[in-house]
Amino acid sequence: MAHSKKLKNRSDMVKAILVLLPSVVLVAVFVYGFIFNTIYVSLTDWGQGAGLAEHPVKHWVGLGNYRQLFSGFIYGRFRQDLVNTFFYSVILLVGTLFLGFLLAVLLDRKIRHEGFYRTIFLYPMALSFIVTGTIWRWLLAPNGGLNLLPTFLGLKKGEFLWISSRKAILTFNWQHLLSILFFIAALVFLMLLLRAVRNRIHRKMVIHSALFSSSLLLCAISRWLLPPLLPFEEIHGFNLATLGILLAAIWQYSGYTMALYLAGLRGLPESIRESSRMDGAGEFTYYWKIAIPNIKPITLSAVIILSHISLKMFDLIYAMAGADNANTGHPSVNMYLTTFRANQFAMGAAIAVILFIMAALFVIPYLMHSHKQRREG
Amino acid sequence: MRLRHKLSKQRFFLYFFLVLGVLLFLVPMYMALITSLKDPAEINLARAWSLPKRLNWKSYIDAFDLLRPNFLNSVILSVTATLISALVGAVNGFVFSKNRFSGSELIFSFLLFGMFIPYQIILIPLFQVLRSIGLYGSLGGLILAHVIYGIPIVTLIFRNFYDQIPNSLVESARLDGCGFFSLLIRMFIPLSAPAFVVVGIWQFTQIWNEFLWGITLTRPEANPITVGLSKLAGGQAVSWNLPMAGSFIAGLPVLLIYIILGKYFIRGLLAGSVKG
Repeated sequence: MAHSKKLKNRSDMVKAILVLLPSVVLVAVFVYGFIFNTIYVSLTDWGQGAGLAEHPVKHWVGLGNYRQLFSGFIYGRFRQDLVNTFFYSVILLVGTLFLGFLLAVLLDRKIRHEGFYRTIFLYPMALSFIVTGTIWRWLLAPNGGLNLLPTFLGLKKGEFLWISSRKAILTFNWQHLLSILFFIAALVFLMLLLRAVRNRIHRKMVIHSALFSSSLLLCAISRWLLPPLLPFEEIHGFNLATLGILLAAIWQYSGYTMALYLAGLRGLPESIRESSRMDGAGEFTYYWKIAIPNIKPITLSAVIILSHISLKMFDLIYAMAGADNANTGHPSVNMYLTTFRANQFAMGAAIAVILFIMAALFVIPYLMHSHKQRREG
Repeated sequence: MRLRHKLSKQRFFLYFFLVLGVLLFLVPMYMALITSLKDPAEINLARAWSLPKRLNWKSYIDAFDLLRPNFLNSVILSVTATLISALVGAVNGFVFSKNRFSGSELIFSFLLFGMFIPYQIILIPLFQVLRSIGLYGSLGGLILAHVIYGIPIVTLIFRNFYDQIPNSLVESARLDGCGFFSLLIRMFIPLSAPAFVVVGIWQFTQIWNEFLWGITLTRPEANPITVGLSKLAGGQAVSWNLPMAGSFIAGLPVLLIYIILGKYFIRGLLAGSVKG
């Protein structure tokens, strides 16, 4: 392992540490220190009158701000933001992975002028969300842009309000959130159970049937035995106004997944392709049965990056719908409004901490996975 | 013969879908271009897709007049922060790749973590600290923020680049009496032009396109181009030729970099793909 050769020369080592020191100190303060500071601020009542004071007076309130966010009457918007985040992330992921893979497959077949197509598919990625958001806002204007396209085919003008729609589908009552989540978990375990039965893996059959029945039980308990999450009924759902923003985001980032996938497909040895052809597999079978499983690590890192981007959709939402449009809201937008418009610093910090935790849910498994791979590889 | 026929039919569909994709991807570009070149009186929703009757370049002049201070701010901000960032990256990468000591891997991971955080989590203390050191509202504060939060990615790119330089080269230079700094300045920095290009493009694009810090940490006179554009496009009664021309002006520098140096751009992208 010439790779991990360590320094022997003492003075070189001192110099190495010295030049590294500024970076380490700055990161320690500005990343780690600031994260802890934000967590601390989120446990105080810093806001209102003391909002912009140079040396604000803060009182410890424990988890009060979080309790407010999840159950306070006036924070319904934040709860809708969380629901939006879920749909933003899932649809952005599915859309960009699907479209990006499709484009990569098209380009993977010895196309003439491949560079030209690649450049076109990837250019949106170079632009800022503010630029693309401004253009898409015009493109999605209710009486123009995309809604006019059907008229070119002699059809009626589209009526969909891409960004300003107030409709929501898949609505549910937040009071029943827990039981809904357990129900979804039960469905997932049921599917895993059925797969285990089909493949006759006994150990998995036992595990999944246990998980399935316990989540069903928890679903029933949280629905009928536990008190509701909120003392009042509150309806949330998938806001259709987010579709316009999702359309722009998918347009902007599918070129990126295309580039990732294309690199992955090119990385597969030609021999795999040859032998699959010898076995009589068609192109479709090759991509579906051989290429996709082989480029799983790329899908994994694309999922991480995209879910991270969906947590940072602040710029795009700001440019397309404005910060005040509650229907397209996102915790990052809410954090901005709460902190810098309403000067509720502690509440803004609490929203930031929740965003941070959501990002960590995606990133930590990924870091652990890549760390494990590095040690094995 | 029949096989060939079938193949060519397949090829036809392949190119058909590719061209369709190209057209779809260019729709926003087309829309922005024709709208920005129309006379304001000619812009209405019903005729949004039609070409301008007469080319009106004045929107670009007007938009640039409005955005000029923001554009200049962004140039100063992006160039300065990118240069500092790249130098920091070169030094750090050199240490982590060719001057490892016990614990250096741990410190590397410690630095890298900063890439994976949503910036809202540091925004409030950053705002407070910049205020207390007198940098709030100014370009200086933004430059500082971009340099600090750029440390992880630039360090990573430079380290990966220096890992490709054989250790034996370093050993023989050391035997010839090259010390830490002469090795860095005489050998590694001159060797790392490609890494400087990749890091330069990556950081420049990121900083040029950044919005959250721009809107929360600067006063109007230091607003970068993204904030300027969002103000230009904001408000209800806008005539759309100006925001569209403004979008082109704000997007042009990064678009040019992308078209001219696309190869390096993609390399930065793939390097950044470990970045969250």
